[in-house]
Amino acid sequence: MHITMQGIYKAFGTNQVLTGVDFELKEGEVHALMGENGAGKSTMMNVLTGLHSLDQGKIFVDGKEMYFKNPKEAEQAGITFIHQELNIWPEMSVLDNMFIGKEPKKAFGLVDSAKMKSLAQEQFARLDVSLPLDKEAGSCSVGEQQMIEIAKALLTKAKVIIMDEPTAALTEREIQKLFEVIASLKKEGVSIVYISHRMEEIFAICDRITVMRDGKTVDTKAIPETNFEEVVRKMVGRELTDRFPKRDSKPGETVFEVKNLTGKAFRDVSFSVRSGEIVGVSGLMGAGRTEIMRGIFGLDPIASGEVLLNGKKVTIKNANQAVHLGIGFITEDRKDEGLVLDFSIKDNIALPSLYSFAPKGLIQEKAEKDFVDMLIKRLTVKTESAETRVGDLSGGNQQKVVIAKWIGIGPKELILDEPTRGVDVGAKREIYQLMNELTNRGVAIIMVSSELPEVLGMSDRILVVHEGKIAGELPQETATQENIMTLATGGQ
Amino acid sequence: MKANSEVLQTSKGNLLQSVTQKLGPFLGLLILVVFVSVMNPSFLEPLNILNLLRQVSINALIAFGMTFVILTGGIDLSVGAILALSSALTAGMIVSGFDPMLAILIGCLLGAIFGAVNGLLITKGKMAPFIATLATMTLFRGLTLVYTEGNPITGLGDNILFQLFGRGYFLGIPVPAVTMIVTFIVLYVLLHKTPFGRQTYAIGGNEKAALISGIKVPRVKVLIYSLSGFLAALSGAILTSRLNSAQPTAGASYELDAIAAVVLGGTSLSGGKGRIFGTMIGVLIIGVLNNGLNLLGVSSFYQQVVKGIVIIIAVLLDRKKSA
Repeated sequence: MHITMQGIYKAFGTNQVLTGVDFELKEGEVHALMGENGAGKSTMMNVLTGLHSLDQGKIFVDGKEMYFKNPKEAEQAGITFIHQELNIWPEMSVLDNMFIGKEPKKAFGLVDSAKMKSLAQEQFARLDVSLPLDKEAGSCSVGEQQMIEIAKALLTKAKVIIMDEPTAALTEREIQKLFEVIASLKKEGVSIVYISHRMEEIFAICDRITVMRDGKTVDTKAIPETNFEEVVRKMVGRELTDRFPKRDSKPGETVFEVKNLTGKAFRDVSFSVRSGEIVGVSGLMGAGRTEIMRGIFGLDPIASGEVLLNGKKVTIKNANQAVHLGIGFITEDRKDEGLVLDFSIKDNIALPSLYSFAPKGLIQEKAEKDFVDMLIKRLTVKTESAETRVGDLSGGNQQKVVIAKWIGIGPKELILDEPTRGVDVGAKREIYQLMNELTNRGVAIIMVSSELPEVLGMSDRILVVHEGKIAGELPQETATQENIMTLATGGQ
Repeated sequence: MKANSEVLQTSKGNLLQSVTQKLGPFLGLLILVVFVSVMNPSFLEPLNILNLLRQVSINALIAFGMTFVILTGGIDLSVGAILALSSALTAGMIVSGFDPMLAILIGCLLGAIFGAVNGLLITKGKMAPFIATLATMTLFRGLTLVYTEGNPITGLGDNILFQLFGRGYFLGIPVPAVTMIVTFIVLYVLLHKTPFGRQTYAIGGNEKAALISGIKVPRVKVLIYSLSGFLAALSGAILTSRLNSAQPTAGASYELDAIAAVVLGGTSLSGGKGRIFGTMIGVLIIGVLNNGLNLLGVSSFYQQVVKGIVIIIAVLLDRKKSA
């Protein structure tokens, strides 16, 4: 299938999101779509699949002018969109999720379960997924749910598959499998639109790349004819000197220490963080990194072991105690755990420090507002006012609000779990700079991250977690992607 | 530029939304008042208005507590039963010689304890609020029947303060209405000006984020259900004083009127969004409906039909607005 989009305009109210987009997708190509958050990538694809109507412009499918009224119509024509926010019915089985709305029928309109099972198993075999079909989809990991979605798309015999950040939650192994599937789909003549923030992946699997900025397509190039720096430059519209700002770390005394910490998903974990130091925590998805952090922060029970703050043993049985000790936790899922989306920026930032504005019981609104405005400025959150609803901000700005909220408690120790997930390149760098600023002030930082370049670029020391244990520790100078991966996969 | 216009647009949208959210129920009330007073001008007579305020005070007190509960994303079905049980215990104390005002105070504290039981079942017992309070509704009602043996408790004496509590006037305003207004002011400040109020919204908006932000979610919830129980018992004391007796069946289905008032006031049943001022308006809408329909001579059977329809229309309009 060959698709051409010409001069597409789309506005939501007075907000002009697409301003003359051109896009071409050839048969059997893997076409990367890159751009900062809010550049209009998803909107463009939603216009193509008929979720949004277009204001102006033309769409040609195989040379014929064609506009889909809704995603279902697009799907019937062979265009499937796997959204970043997964469409999973958590209470239903894996199998039912895969066939929802298009169950094969037998006599009397009854569902043909046998046929469903064999079709599903066929796709799972192809993806090398070993999920029980009767498992409740909600109890699957996010990575597994992503694989369900991909299998579902394959079932529709799609000729064009649009994938929005498909690897965000996948393990290394799952990602490799997905790439193999993409390669074989390509051979069958299926075209893929691959929306991602991960440069390495794009350069590994894509044929061409289109960069978008501010609702326009900036350029389309064949992958061999471009490079990483050029793409970033086109995305942000300015030179980025370095992906990671220079770190000038002078670690001080040990601030934070855990000894032989054991919980449900980890055992015998010991490590320490010094003031002004960033300790990176690497490991495969599901190795127990997040669980260790949740245990430290009092969100999950600890079976044994101790936590020391400034050399003194402390007990943390719940998040409240952790916050009072000056520990902040920026979780990996900001929408679900980091923010109250319906709250304003102000109310979110003030949430963990409310009592400091209410010495006599009533919140001193002026003090609160000044404090919040100061943090908004310091973190360069892009907004007209502190009263803006956080749910209306872009991912990068939302993440800054979460960080602001924790800076507000005056932390001694900050745990950042995937601090730049779903954040665009520009905002990423700002977050790194902020981490440097914090460590300059003596804050101790633990950074859990699945992005190896980030771990290598920002950490002073790197801990690698494998199956719930610390498999090894690498100083920044000698750490490489290879020796981290070796430890993460259980090698020595 | 684009980011700016985006921000501008959403803040404009928010402003419009918040204006309609705040004024929607109020406009509804206004239309209702105009309609009833055109149909029967005696509705606006001061005596009737004061009467109306007294009539709504009991539902108002319960609905105020319910607002906090619903803002956290919960529900409290046991308020009517708590009202009955605490009233019976209060009346029992008075009959056995307690000072009536002391008895009322103890009764209200007992109401708070019954509410705390709800809160503990929900937080420590991890029960869904609907189920927990459905169970305690039955439990408390049963205890009331056991304690009263199914008979009203009478002979509450002639303590003047006690009689004024439900029947008296203060500066020409019925005492229950004064109690309602004072409680409203206190709770308004609690909800909108204190950390506790902000935490109430945060729990309803995103409980996980609230917990991770260091909010003692279980504690706040137990306190809120205690508040709900306390206010139910307080309204029970007003009822007991007005009737000069405690009825074992008192307060039956009051929880539904309270929930209706909260919803009419624009508070979202899924939590995190709403205002106690809206609840006051919701209470008045129900009050004007009851009072007005009586004045217009509509039979009580039809009154229920009308109330049901009004709730449906109000919620439908609310949906449309937020869509």
